[in-house]
Amino acid sequence: MAPKQKTRNPELIPGVRKVSRSKMYHKRGLWAIKAKNGGKFPVHAKQEAAAVVEEKKPKFYPADDIKKPLSNKRKPKPTKLRASVTPGTVLIILTGRFKGKRVVFLKQLTSGLLLITGPYKVNGVPLRRVNQAYVIGTSTKVDISGVDVSKFDDKYFGKQVEKKKKKGETEFFEADKQEKNTLPAEKKDDQKAVDAPLLKALESVPDLKAYLGARFSLKAGMKPHELVF
Amino acid sequence: MTFKRYVEIGRVGLINYGKDYGKLVVIVDVIDQNRALVDSPDMVRSQINFKRLSLTDIKIDIKRVPKKKVLVAAMEAADVKGKWESSSWGRKLIVQKKRASLNDFDRFKLMLAKIKKAGVVRQELAKLKKEIPA
Repeated sequence: MAPKQKTRNPELIPGVRKVSRSKMYHKRGLWAIKAKNGGKFPVHAKQEAAAVVEEKKPKFYPADDIKKPLSNKRKPKPTKLRASVTPGTVLIILTGRFKGKRVVFLKQLTSGLLLITGPYKVNGVPLRRVNQAYVIGTSTKVDISGVDVSKFDDKYFGKQVEKKKKKGETEFFEADKQEKNTLPAEKKDDQKAVDAPLLKALESVPDLKAYLGARFSLKAGMKPHELVF
Repeated sequence: MTFKRYVEIGRVGLINYGKDYGKLVVIVDVIDQNRALVDSPDMVRSQINFKRLSLTDIKIDIKRVPKKKVLVAAMEAADVKGKWESSSWGRKLIVQKKRASLNDFDRFKLMLAKIKKAGVVRQELAKLKKEIPA
């Protein structure tokens, strides 16, 4: 906060100030400024008025006045990450086909989703996006410094757009057979490239690989609100 | 059937309810039928109802309402901390605290250790069973 400005002329009662007009003139030193400037108060030289550009009148005016919607300059930010979720943290996934799996968190994408990997060899979870809300962050961290995740973004995980073909009746039957969903080799290589340094980091901690390979489940007597993750 | 742990000056108790739950304190004075003045090296001397206190076996030698320094010295001399942590009650509390603070990975490692131990025990048992003439 800026230091409180000193008022030269405080208001004693609303509408009544302490110092009179002539005294204020003296206080502000306007006499000294005028004296320095040879009797007159210094004034900026008048600026040339900018040339007014004639706007062309529109040819067409709409019949009714249409309301313009208010401008929205909002730029959404990626979701705020919980303090427990940092790159290299082991997360427990709570929903979806991988529920209960313990995975390694790599980075947060611009959409706010978390980029995770099993690693695939350890628990079958590939490079995947996951929402922070469906995840528990544990306090176990894995060394992720050897992994390069810069090439992954939301577009990498988007649905592949297929070229539209005009189908005739006979082509319907043939087309279904050809649409097989095999993972392109490029994605398999990406998975291997990300997992290789991770697996090395996992080996250095005893039991960590087995830990990631096992699923989490609540057993008898476990109270989630009392558990330390 | 008789009582073995008495409320007396110097009796060490465990607070079992309230803000200072789990603290070991020394009874420094008795206020009336229900309350005592208690003190501990890490808390301000205060009154507490006996209902909130669980008496332990440990007793130290102090005069009524000693100065804090005197109390701390007496506690060191009697080794209250050591006696407490080696008593079965004290050890149980330490284990409870450790279990509560286990992280998910620690619980996993604990499970593996339990399975390993059970395996070893079962092997020995099988050996012993074999020796019994069928």
